[in-house]
Amino acid sequence: MSNVIGTPLAKIDSWDKVIGAAKYADDMNLPRMLHARILRSTMPHARIKSIDTLDAEELPGVVAVITGRDVPIEYGILPSSQDEQALCVDKVRFVGDAVAAVAALDVETAERALQLIHVEYEPLTPVVTMNEALDETRDAIHSGEHADHHNIHKMVALEFGDLDAGFAEADYILEENYFYQGNTHLALENHSALASFSPDGHLTLWSSTQTPHYVHRALAKTLELPASRIRVVAAAIGGGFGGKTDPFSHEIVACKLTMLTGRPVKITLTRQEVFYCHRGRHPVLMWVKMGVRNDGEPTALHFRTMLDGGAYGSYGVASTYYTGALQTVTYKIPAYKFEGMRVFTNKPPCGPKRGHGTPQPRFALEIHLDKIARHLGLDPAEYRKQFIVDDKTKTVNHLTITTCGLRECIDRVVEASGYGSEKRETRNESQESKIENQKSKIKIGFGLACGSYLSGAGLPIYWNQMPHSGVIVKVDRGGGVAVFCGSTDIGQGSTSLLAYIAAEEFGIDVRDVRVITADTDLTPVDLGSYSSRVTVMTGNACIQAVRPLKQKILDAAAEKLLVPAESLSFRDGEIICEDDDARRLKWTDAVVLTEAKHGTLSGTGSYKPPKRAGPYKGSGVGVSPSYSYAACVAQVSVDIETGQVRVEKIWLAHDGGRALNPLLVEGQVEGSVYMGVGEALMEEMTYRGGLHKAPSLLDYKSLTMNDMPRVETFLVETNDPEGPFGAKEAGQGPLLPVPPAIANAIYDAIGVRIDETPITPDKILKALEEKEKGRTARFGPKNFPNAPYPEPLHVEPPEDAPRLERKKG
Amino acid sequence: MKQVLHLRVNGQAHELYVEPHKTLLEVLRDELDLTGTKHGCDLGECGACTVLVDGTPILACLALPIELQGREITTVEGLAHGAELHPLQRAFAELNAAQCGYCTAGMMLSAKALLDRETNPTREKIRDALAGNLCRCTGYEKILEAVEVAGREIKK
Repeated sequence: MSNVIGTPLAKIDSWDKVIGAAKYADDMNLPRMLHARILRSTMPHARIKSIDTLDAEELPGVVAVITGRDVPIEYGILPSSQDEQALCVDKVRFVGDAVAAVAALDVETAERALQLIHVEYEPLTPVVTMNEALDETRDAIHSGEHADHHNIHKMVALEFGDLDAGFAEADYILEENYFYQGNTHLALENHSALASFSPDGHLTLWSSTQTPHYVHRALAKTLELPASRIRVVAAAIGGGFGGKTDPFSHEIVACKLTMLTGRPVKITLTRQEVFYCHRGRHPVLMWVKMGVRNDGEPTALHFRTMLDGGAYGSYGVASTYYTGALQTVTYKIPAYKFEGMRVFTNKPPCGPKRGHGTPQPRFALEIHLDKIARHLGLDPAEYRKQFIVDDKTKTVNHLTITTCGLRECIDRVVEASGYGSEKRETRNESQESKIENQKSKIKIGFGLACGSYLSGAGLPIYWNQMPHSGVIVKVDRGGGVAVFCGSTDIGQGSTSLLAYIAAEEFGIDVRDVRVITADTDLTPVDLGSYSSRVTVMTGNACIQAVRPLKQKILDAAAEKLLVPAESLSFRDGEIICEDDDARRLKWTDAVVLTEAKHGTLSGTGSYKPPKRAGPYKGSGVGVSPSYSYAACVAQVSVDIETGQVRVEKIWLAHDGGRALNPLLVEGQVEGSVYMGVGEALMEEMTYRGGLHKAPSLLDYKSLTMNDMPRVETFLVETNDPEGPFGAKEAGQGPLLPVPPAIANAIYDAIGVRIDETPITPDKILKALEEKEKGRTARFGPKNFPNAPYPEPLHVEPPEDAPRLERKKG
Repeated sequence: MKQVLHLRVNGQAHELYVEPHKTLLEVLRDELDLTGTKHGCDLGECGACTVLVDGTPILACLALPIELQGREITTVEGLAHGAELHPLQRAFAELNAAQCGYCTAGMMLSAKALLDRETNPTREKIRDALAGNLCRCTGYEKILEAVEVAGREIKK
């Protein structure tokens, strides 16, 4: 071993990034390259009566103009939601929907040409709100095949265990509505795509995508080309967070235009276009009913969600299930009912953003638990700890818990922050300032919340039996190792991780490993950077690729050194004999011997997650090799005159299994905290009619360095049997507890409940006003629309799931 | 109508023939192939295109090169001293202050302007100096650390 795993090393691609040499898609240029722009709908909902492109075509410098008729084939990320067209043919469904495209000699000419395209629309009444989507007198946004019912895209209802019995056993039942506002990824890099078509029919696309494999499939379908002649390469990616996981209109359009013109074509979206193309966090309205015994033990949980999906399906079916899947993986719930619904509206389509469908219900659940704990007079931290799931058990909805470090996570943040103890008062404020605080208009509060996320989706996007992640390892006779994998590094360090694992296994320097990724011609398929799957899946595939090679090298070395192969190991660039210090071989010499003996040295690894989906329709969402856990304490100060909330400090403990590189795991935790604080306090996608209210970085509020609270991070390292070297996920889970911890801290500070995000000053003041008037000291949704949820599918919980013990008559 | 333009970038003099409405960001990227400076918003909102003009950070997407003739422009490609990295570059790489790397050039140049004035700034000063540079990945924590470490290195 060479002690790479667990060491805080620099990422191998950091060096190119700090000298400005990393090539993002927009940084690439090819000879004879054309620049393309897309004409977008100005109407939220309208039929296209005609499109006249003649004037645009005649503008000098314009090389090609295309409309929906040129690329009419429907596509979408999920096989069940093939409801998008690269350019709309008959109908536009949101302001920003793509209608036509121009390729020209330069960007300015392409933009001028867009203004010369004349589109005649027949406006339809826009469906803007979720209530409007439920109104069947409004026009349907999609035809029947794409929706469960009218503007209801998807409806699900599942019941695990005996819900009625659970509520009958409860001593206390709390019902409440919550709302989590939609927001967007806001990666600093705007999406960009560069396509090139060769005379012999090979198409290449360089794109800022997190999922080159899925883009590959979408291109083959929409362009009617054999996938074998399409190459998709993910360029360096300037941030993803889920915003680059759909196949996008502009990618297909760039390809179509290069095929028509025979010249390379680049499209880079503007910041405003990205706000409209988005696929960000769904706005979700929730109704929660939870029953507990007097000691707080949960007896039943009923969760209802309604997602505002925007204009297209995207990942929406999965998003809908995700709003119900992971409520059960933190605390023991013996009976659980989930009803979910996603509606279409004439707004930019929503999709997956960091945490995909789970931060919203986690926000509701963790506030709900805080309310229950306070009602029962229990300490919210101790309360939660009593009912944490056990290792090696199953949840009521058939999810398998391998390891759970949540108890320790809670302990760490409680200990560090002084949460819930008298200590905290004296620790964080001197007696003097405490008195000051009581008089002052600034109130301090602490809040706690927990969360959990999956380490990779257990099932692929499209049904197949093939591996989710493939790795090829090649060892050069000079001693260099090349690792090939389809994974896409979006900044989290997935490329570096493959180098660390290969270096650790071969006992060599990380600098002797090259990693080639995200190129459908060169690398075996990895499904992409989504669902926090990459560390576990590519890591396992890499180990699998390396180990047989290691055996070959050991055998060759053993032959040379005249010792049994079992006595040899890889360490610091050598093959050494544990029993005899004198018997050793240089790594490079051993490689030469092995190649002489076996021929070209390479190995392949394939990873497929364990088959664990439960016996019901919808069980594929939420199932994962393992789950990460996180606990968070937030300290806030609230100005009761202005309603201004300041997050002073965040303590966050994350059980991501073994930290393969603690520096990178900390980076994921800190980045998640940042995004969670932003979502809690300010980030929101809001619309006036179908028009975005704030499609710019200045108007869409996000945290600057001045707004960012101090973060104290704790890594709780469980050793998970499913992970490479015991690792679980870190990229998404740490976000989940942050918004509810802040909401709970605000309650602690000023005694009002803000049951929706973002928690803005006006909502604080309104809740304080309610409190003053002696009404419920709360701001949040008052009711839940009357929606036609289907009859639930009753599912028997697995043997080792939490059971309801009947104590009442 | 294109015009002749004399621009000094990273210590090198360039004679360019460009349209005068082109921004500094466009000229750096499209004419000089210095693509380390990034488009983030083209409206002066994100800081990704920050470069130094005579040591002062400016947003290249809002600057016209025609007004910057005779000034010394520094981009991320001009940070290193030959093959030797600037302490900021080393610290950003080693401390994981660059995740996706898209804000990194602008972030480092804003930080350089600060560290050129003082090598041991308080966190408050760093925050103020870098508040115009948005980062979506790091939560800023590692960036703060990297700037401090680089400052100490420069002081040596």
